[in-house]
Amino acid sequence: MSSVIEKTQQMIDEVLEVYPERTKNFRAKHVKPNDPTGECGSGCMVKSNVKSRPGVMTIRGCAYAGSKGVVWGPVKDVVHVSHGPVGCGQYSWWSRRNYYNGITGIDSFGTMHITSDFQERDIVFGGDKRLEQLCREIKELFPLAKGISIQSECPIGLIGDDIEAVAKKMTEQLGIPVVPVRCEGFRGVSQSLGHHIANDSIRDHILGRGDLEKSTPYDVALIGDYNIGGDAWATRKVLEEMGLRVIAHWTGDGTINELSITQKAKLNLIHCYRSMNYICRHMEETYGIPWVEYNFFGPTKIYQSIRKIASYFDDRIKEKAEALIEKYRPMMDRVIEQYRPRLEGKTVMLYVGGLRPRHIIGAYEDLGMEVIATGYEFGHSDDYKRTYPELKEGTVIYDDATPYELEEFTKRLRPDLVGSGIKEKYAYHKMGVPFRQMHSWDYSGPYHGFDGFPVFARDMDMTVNNPTWRLIRRKKFI
Amino acid sequence: MRQIAIYGKGGIGKSTTTQNTVAALAEAGYKCMIVGCDPKADATRLILHKKAQATVMDMARERGSVEDLEIEEVLLEGFNSIKCAESGGPEPGVGCAGRGVITAINFLEENGAYTEDLDFVFYDVLGDVVCGGFAMPIREGKAKEIYIVTSGEMMAMYAANNIARGILKYAQSGGVRLGGLICNSRKVDREYELISALAEKLGTQMIHFIPRDNQVQRAELRRMTVLEYSPDHPQADEYRALAKKMAENKNLVIPTPLTMDELEQLLMEFGILEGEEVEA
Repeated sequence: MSSVIEKTQQMIDEVLEVYPERTKNFRAKHVKPNDPTGECGSGCMVKSNVKSRPGVMTIRGCAYAGSKGVVWGPVKDVVHVSHGPVGCGQYSWWSRRNYYNGITGIDSFGTMHITSDFQERDIVFGGDKRLEQLCREIKELFPLAKGISIQSECPIGLIGDDIEAVAKKMTEQLGIPVVPVRCEGFRGVSQSLGHHIANDSIRDHILGRGDLEKSTPYDVALIGDYNIGGDAWATRKVLEEMGLRVIAHWTGDGTINELSITQKAKLNLIHCYRSMNYICRHMEETYGIPWVEYNFFGPTKIYQSIRKIASYFDDRIKEKAEALIEKYRPMMDRVIEQYRPRLEGKTVMLYVGGLRPRHIIGAYEDLGMEVIATGYEFGHSDDYKRTYPELKEGTVIYDDATPYELEEFTKRLRPDLVGSGIKEKYAYHKMGVPFRQMHSWDYSGPYHGFDGFPVFARDMDMTVNNPTWRLIRRKKFI
Repeated sequence: MRQIAIYGKGGIGKSTTTQNTVAALAEAGYKCMIVGCDPKADATRLILHKKAQATVMDMARERGSVEDLEIEEVLLEGFNSIKCAESGGPEPGVGCAGRGVITAINFLEENGAYTEDLDFVFYDVLGDVVCGGFAMPIREGKAKEIYIVTSGEMMAMYAANNIARGILKYAQSGGVRLGGLICNSRKVDREYELISALAEKLGTQMIHFIPRDNQVQRAELRRMTVLEYSPDHPQADEYRALAKKMAENKNLVIPTPLTMDELEQLLMEFGILEGEEVEA
């Protein structure tokens, strides 16, 4: 173990010291100093994807959140039903700012929400009839809806309602796919299982059911981009300029037709590996479609990714890719020229969800900033394996971090910027630490692609260098 | 008011035994209520002379919610002024019958079904306690006294032992006690001795041995208890005896359930397992 790693380990031990013995031992496996080389062995492997310990105030979500909120929610021409008591529906009546084209309530339903509003009698006598009625009403109210997804809340699983039978019957009678999704919140340890369940439900009920009339050798599918603040649009623009044809969005600004024809893609491009690697693997096994992970945060990674994607195609695409890079490089350089002097040497602490804890590191580095701590809410070991090489030796990596740990690491590491979610935001504001929401881009965006980087750079600058922070007392914390 | 829950394997005769015993208690001057906790809603048929149509949950479904009900609609009076209510619930295979029991009992409580003048409340619970809902009658300080109906048949005894395990769980947290085993005879060899031995192992008593008599069947066909149909028949006296023992019973215990091995050992001792592997 190198001295840098040892030093970080010492700090981690100090932070965890306050926990009771069992919690301490448990958490110690989830917080590790980074070892990019792998020489440190299991001593630096972050344990992940296990049940959170009670009392640590995890910020994880549930399987329903993973399915309804992440994977299914952005499919815009489908009416999503929160099946069960009203609470889950009410509190998930939002989008993750998954932008979409279309007219809400006519042909798109992203920000609308329907719930079956279970009452006691539905629990006792079962909710099948109510679900059937609801499907018919949706068809009547929204004749242009291309499908219905049934997002199961916990009680549906508890009472064993046969939503599959209702979905099958309604699919036949209404002439649109009605997809049952068994994403009951009590399943699994985080929203991660919900992603998997949602992937599987698309696989079983949608994928491969449609046909693409005209196929080209350059057809690709955009997987794991949820178009937050327009991310997928920025990405698509880059891909199209490369000469590729994007035939499907999974699932930001996506449609059910796109999901149903994706088997026609020549290559699957996956951004959020955590939430959609399942469907890529399935398409690889079933249709022989290769898939490639890419990263569209910050010019360095974008250039690398463009070349990596182009390598799957002929010289025509490769040439266009190079031309594209040359076209945008001056613009990207200007952004760096403008912001790098203001951000050089600033440090960043991240705690986000599925891909950003590692994907966004490059974008910060392009601005001269350094990520000194990062971690995943619901990552698995393959996420962490992909993260280690991206960071310097001794960087703190935490899995399913607790508010206490985040606060303590902040005190010790004194980052110039913290990027996490809404649940952390106000605590950091009170601490007087510059903070950006890195789930929703703090109501900004896009951050992907060439369109996204200038926005990203501007946002980081205006947060880190905002004079307001100086007006907040920070004596206790930092 | 003593609240008593009757458990036992499905089809063992819980409802028949309960209704006949309650009829005898009522005959002796006690004020009684029966709460049927089974979606089949047949726990009060012999008292009301019909299968209860107005169960709490069925009415709630019709009206929209349980709040829309009046207590008089679901709390009926039958033979010897015995009050009767049925939880009702879904058909087999859908919904959550356990939740129905919880909802129904809460409704009865909140709407004053448990009046001061009642001496006994009997809960007649569906055969297999499959989920928390069916344990509702023995939770939250309701029935503190439980009787298990069994026979000398192996599966009935298995069930009885399992129920004792459930009681043990609630005995530690809620003060529930086992009052005894009621042997509803199936004319198994050495049944009296067998159930007495089982009761002893469970740390309780066989409170009564009800002999098998077709008079019960004859009365049932006429939707009556034996006490109403043929009050002078010897079988009616059996139920009177059981009622008297229950009314006077002070032997309330925390059961000591058997392990599977012990139970099978017991059956061996009494020669039940011999040549009966097929049934097992």
